[in-house]
Amino acid sequence: MTIDEVVAQLRDGMTIGIGGWGPRRKPMALVRAILRSDLTDLTIVSYGGADVGLLVRAGKVRKLVYAFVSLDTVPLEPNFQRARQGKEVAEVVELDEGMFQTGLRAAAQRLPFLPMRAGLGSDVLVNNPDIRTVTSPYADADGVHEDLVAVPALHLDVALVHLNRADKHGNATYLGPDPYFDDLFCMAADRAYVSVEQVIDTAGLTVDTPVQRLLLSRMMVSGVVETPNGAHFTTCTPDYERDEKFQKAYVAAASGSDEEWTAFEQRFLAGDEDAYQAAVQAFAQEEEK
Amino acid sequence: MSTISRAEVCAAAIADAFRDDGEIFASPMGMLPMLGVRLAKLTSNPDLVISDSESLFLAGVPPLFAKGDVVEGWIPFPKVFDVVAHGKRHVMMGATQVDRHGNQNISAIGDFSQPTRQLLGVRGAPGNTVNNRTSYWVPKHSPRVFVEQVDIVSGVGPRNAKAAGAGASKYNDIHRVVTNLAVLDVKGAGDTVRLLSVHPGVTVDEVREATGFALEVDADVPETRSPTTEELTLIREVIDPRTLRDREVKPVSPEATS
Repeated sequence: MTIDEVVAQLRDGMTIGIGGWGPRRKPMALVRAILRSDLTDLTIVSYGGADVGLLVRAGKVRKLVYAFVSLDTVPLEPNFQRARQGKEVAEVVELDEGMFQTGLRAAAQRLPFLPMRAGLGSDVLVNNPDIRTVTSPYADADGVHEDLVAVPALHLDVALVHLNRADKHGNATYLGPDPYFDDLFCMAADRAYVSVEQVIDTAGLTVDTPVQRLLLSRMMVSGVVETPNGAHFTTCTPDYERDEKFQKAYVAAASGSDEEWTAFEQRFLAGDEDAYQAAVQAFAQEEEK
Repeated sequence: MSTISRAEVCAAAIADAFRDDGEIFASPMGMLPMLGVRLAKLTSNPDLVISDSESLFLAGVPPLFAKGDVVEGWIPFPKVFDVVAHGKRHVMMGATQVDRHGNQNISAIGDFSQPTRQLLGVRGAPGNTVNNRTSYWVPKHSPRVFVEQVDIVSGVGPRNAKAAGAGASKYNDIHRVVTNLAVLDVKGAGDTVRLLSVHPGVTVDEVREATGFALEVDADVPETRSPTTEELTLIREVIDPRTLRDREVKPVSPEATS
């Protein structure tokens, strides 16, 4: 598939899960394609980084489900902060990180909810009054029937994830330190699209790579698209690390005046993915001078 | 040994918070907690399991932010949440706000629907605090941090946990709050924050003034212990030879301590 063919599968109002973690291994080429599209009123479900920042700044998001939004080396995401403080996202669901995983797991298992402790006593339950508790039918050692959070399934229309390698069928490996929750995102979704650094032959997936790194099976994946440097400016270890200089420039523009943000958009986000990658290269060359 | 810095006192106090934990996963968030945990592993609690803050359990104790050590395990995020629920973990988190009942906030300042300042989000604080031992590190003890009531309860204190029932309270264990001025816990009357010790050069009144609620204070508040010569050597020569610690807790000038 091509990037544009993936985005052509999306519709206004859809619930879209974005894999990765904060500023790590995000399907940024697909996110950038959403920015260029006419899509609107999206529900975005993400352990958030600049994917969330860019989408809320572009006004694409009606509802946001997250546990945090952070760029790691820059703890607070400026576009996300701006959107929250300006009440630009109509609906927000802020969950505990583990609740978020449990919600995906419930959806992946086609369950309405799964129980857990996380959330009890916190304002997550105050700010999300739709999230209910459930009483254990079993007594604990003290004879108490515990009340636990019934974490609702986080069902996704579409999941977008970025991995290092895949074959054309959708079998995909991650080569970095952490799978994050990309398999759960795919299983929680009706359709999953995976972008990768490189599409290779099936046999090549396990030539130099332990089979345990095959995170996604083709039966979980609806489409594969090759997007070299497609996670930029997030990490895609070991293919590349986070582009900290570019992230700094992004943060400066997002924290600056409207003019500064427009200039950033014009320079990097106005064209297609090839234009973006060319602009990033030019930026890197300038930084080296 | 030259004069002991405030950061070094904090590091030893953080190490003490992990002293009695046994063989569990110590998860420090931030630089001083990382220093304190590694100090504990080299002294009072060699059984601690530590990570590179990314996805590896480290068998050795490398300097802060150094790479390359013997790896003894794999702890990617999905497994972190397994350990949280399992309970063999002690996390020391940061805190933008801590209130009288030991609730913590890292989510946002102001009203949730439209915060005046959006912060990180609750992250793992709700789950941490009802599953495994949790401590907090506050590098700048002030009335802006220590407030009567946090704006958004992210980390759950013992009173909130009890109110939510056994499911929340049975594993709720807010152990220590270590600041640049003092060591506290949440075992005061009615599950409130209590002063355990003040760092050398700090008075009880200073801590009271820097706290935005009525702090439980015993008649006799001891001084936080100073690090031993062995600990100072480990801090200065092994774990933090670049003195990164002073960036987080500025050395206190002699006039200020008099």
